[in-house]
Amino acid sequence: MSLRGLARLVRRTGRVAEPAPPAPEPLAGVDPALRGSVQVRHVDAGSCNGCEIEIGAAFGPVYDAERYGARLVASPRHADVVLVTGVVTRNMAEPLRLTVAATPEPRAVVALGDCARGCGLMRDGYGVAGAVSDVVPVDLEVPGCPPEPAAVVEALRRVTGR
Amino acid sequence: MSAVEVAGRVLVAIVQVAVVTALAPIVMGVTRQTRARLEGRAGAGVGQPWRDLRKLWRKRPIRATGTTAVGVVAPLVLLASGLVAGALVPLVVAAPLPQVPGDLFVVVSALLVGTVALALLGLDAGTAFGGMGSSRHMMIAALVEPTVLMAVYALSIPVGSSTLSLIVAARRDDPATIASPAGVLAVVALAVVVLAETGRLPVDNPATHLELTMVHEAMVLETSGPDLAWVELGSWLRLTVLLGLVANLMVPWGVAGGASPGALLLGVVALAAKVVLLGAALGAGEVAMAKLRLFRVPELLAGSFALAFLAVTASYLVA
Repeated sequence: MSLRGLARLVRRTGRVAEPAPPAPEPLAGVDPALRGSVQVRHVDAGSCNGCEIEIGAAFGPVYDAERYGARLVASPRHADVVLVTGVVTRNMAEPLRLTVAATPEPRAVVALGDCARGCGLMRDGYGVAGAVSDVVPVDLEVPGCPPEPAAVVEALRRVTGR
Repeated sequence: MSAVEVAGRVLVAIVQVAVVTALAPIVMGVTRQTRARLEGRAGAGVGQPWRDLRKLWRKRPIRATGTTAVGVVAPLVLLASGLVAGALVPLVVAAPLPQVPGDLFVVVSALLVGTVALALLGLDAGTAFGGMGSSRHMMIAALVEPTVLMAVYALSIPVGSSTLSLIVAARRDDPATIASPAGVLAVVALAVVVLAETGRLPVDNPATHLELTMVHEAMVLETSGPDLAWVELGSWLRLTVLLGLVANLMVPWGVAGGASPGALLLGVVALAAKVVLLGAALGAGEVAMAKLRLFRVPELLAGSFALAFLAVTASYLVA
């Protein structure tokens, strides 16, 4: 696309981010150091990718989770929140434990979606090790199959407090 | 030189370092915010880099087993190299220090010390991505250095000195040299090189999550907590200092000639305005650009080297 075409597109598109809903109640028990800035490491512990699509939408331009200080990062060393989706399969139980252990304190673990909470479709599957809370301590659970982007954003806002 | 003058020079260096340190996160915030707005997002706000730093300082770092003291020292060396460059480059005041060579070669070497520290940090944890990032980083650094030297050599010919302060002061006092072919070519070459050196698009994508495309990010994947805060601040400082240098070469007005309080204040305000504007332009430019394939990066840098070489030739032929 030419630069002029791009400039026209930018002008025509304008702002697509929706107005921010009122701030939710901050999550109790989260270290105050994390207020205002939270880096998120996403771990797929055995998800069907439904939750991943919703996370992608939550960080897209419409819901724009980044405006509340949340950002997806590539390494657990940079992260403050481990966002876990899906039932924990036997193969992913140990990697999940290691990922949480590799995240520097203070940290929070968020279990996203019904599978991660232990009440989803695949609960009693033969390859399933259990819910996220069976493997690592969980600070916040987000219900839904899959949870809407607004619910993902709200959960992250409860951690950032913005 | 009297003691008062020495104290004035030291004051100037302290002011420059303080201003650059305060400006660096703001410049980063402005760049990200501009980019977010043009993408239709609301954006996290100009203060977000400061909030990120504050949070990182409060975290307890985790160091991988088998890492050495490099993991602790390298972030501080990177930060120190940025601070030294901030003190030496004529950002607020263009008056050379007689004792300290504010020479181009010193500034480039100071930045290179930080580059090497970062590459060692990438190698320290022994991960595959860290080593890959370090090797790419050194390849880019090796291509960048000759261009920097050529570009500033071209700028130094009309002035007859390679001291950056004198070059900036000469351009301020004689604006005709700014529009000369040699001057324009050299500054364009320098601008391309600054993008490569600071890991911005089209050479490196600072917002990527894909390890295979990373350069700067790949080296810091194993760094956490305060260590990461120093690395981040160090690389933002480097960006701000180099943007400030390019801005002062392009628009040298407002740079103070002495250490009087009024001139210093004007210099600080002018620097802040120039660097913030350039940061916004950088963010806007990045929206329109995609990252180059790694094997195309040498072509881009060879192009900027050609510009710098033309600048040297032009400064002998045209001037």
